[in-house]
Amino acid sequence: MSTSFDVLDHVMVPDHQIMSEEEVATLLSSYTITHDQLPKIYHDDPAVKSIGAKIGDVIRIIRNSQTAGKAESYRLVVKRPKK
Amino acid sequence: MEASMRDRILGADIPEKTRQQLIGYLSGRDVTEEQFGRILSQVINEYGYTRIEPAEAVGIIAAQSIGEPGTQMTMRTFHYAGVAEINVTLGLPRLIEIMDARKTPSTPTMTIYLEEEWSTNRDRAREVSWQIEAAPLHEFGDIITDIVDMQVVVQLNRDVFDRRKISIQEVMERAPKKIRDRHHYRDFESDSDEKAATLTFFPKERESYQNLFQLAEYVKNVIVQGIDDIERVVVRKEEGEYILYTEGSNLRDVFEVKGVDTSRTRTNNIAEISDVLGIEAGRNAIIDEALSTLREQGISVDVRHIMLVADMMCMDGEVKQIGRHGIAGEKESVLSRAAFEVTVNHLLDAAVANEVDILQGVTENVIVGQPIQLGTGDVKLIAKPINQE
Repeated sequence: MSTSFDVLDHVMVPDHQIMSEEEVATLLSSYTITHDQLPKIYHDDPAVKSIGAKIGDVIRIIRNSQTAGKAESYRLVVKRPKK
Repeated sequence: MEASMRDRILGADIPEKTRQQLIGYLSGRDVTEEQFGRILSQVINEYGYTRIEPAEAVGIIAAQSIGEPGTQMTMRTFHYAGVAEINVTLGLPRLIEIMDARKTPSTPTMTIYLEEEWSTNRDRAREVSWQIEAAPLHEFGDIITDIVDMQVVVQLNRDVFDRRKISIQEVMERAPKKIRDRHHYRDFESDSDEKAATLTFFPKERESYQNLFQLAEYVKNVIVQGIDDIERVVVRKEEGEYILYTEGSNLRDVFEVKGVDTSRTRTNNIAEISDVLGIEAGRNAIIDEALSTLREQGISVDVRHIMLVADMMCMDGEVKQIGRHGIAGEKESVLSRAAFEVTVNHLLDAAVANEVDILQGVTENVIVGQPIQLGTGDVKLIAKPINQE
């Protein structure tokens, strides 16, 4: 049996990067928003685990967009709420 | 075109696709510095005009743009979609399924791509398919229910084992274990004879014929090779490589099978994709599935509308349905929720919980008769600087 695979290699998974604190600050001020207004991603999301991001980190996602070619998007890592 | 111009295009604040188009258009042409400046500024200007205005009601536009063509879709189509007689739900039912974010689609199916070594050879592709397709024990030999000695005897056929590339010992070990684990049936004992290639099962209670026949039923149907959820696999050659199409879906287990290309293999089960590959892959899956469902019906909806819907569904880190248990049901405003479905419940719960509606959304303001905060209604004050040049 093959060893565990990396989800980031899959064609449907776009590039995920952890953003530095300065980058996050510039991002938030350029949109004049706060942390919790960003879209969310759960801490146990396979892509988050793969890049080793922690709760509170902001992730930059570089999507392959059908309209723009490449599009950047951002998500805040949050804990998965208990059902 | 000079190299410095290329750098200026790449540095310009326009989408990547536009940049590449512009470079493609200008390369190999003679453009003076002045001409280039005019072209670039005009492109940037033009791009600015194509952007959506702030406070535009994009949601309503998306809803109407998907909804109107939706009325022209076939209401009930459960037909066999071209690919290798595998039944796939299409048309309106499928679109509803996607928007409802069902845990399992009514016809789960996978498209399994193979790694190079396997994808070019039909026999090797078939080998992978044996590993995936669920095969019950009765495909490996004859099953005899012996009423005299109160036992179920399986006479295994060695040819089948050679063809399916699995050892007899493996099946002999797996069969009793799986009956216990999967069917939670434990009132039996088993005995295997490798030389004679027989596998014998006895019910614990030797008196009851009912138990014997029940045991025989379990023995017949226990899955001893392949992945339980995948009922059928079809091997097809497309564009020079062999691809497996399946009925039934289990992404996680299929990824473990040797020879499967874990970078391209996909399923139509969106919940599974977002579980195994993450929310961003789930978003892509929603867009792909919705777009292909619409396209198959000959309807062309702009991808931007579908992207908006997918973004909303995936905003909170998991795939949420559009409806009262998802996006519409989690809105902040009481009045907005009450206006959608189950009005009385929402109002009652809100009253009990002492909820306050700050009237920021569209629906609430329409209800109370105020201007909505959209379009021109969103503009509160325009300040004109005094020291304007």
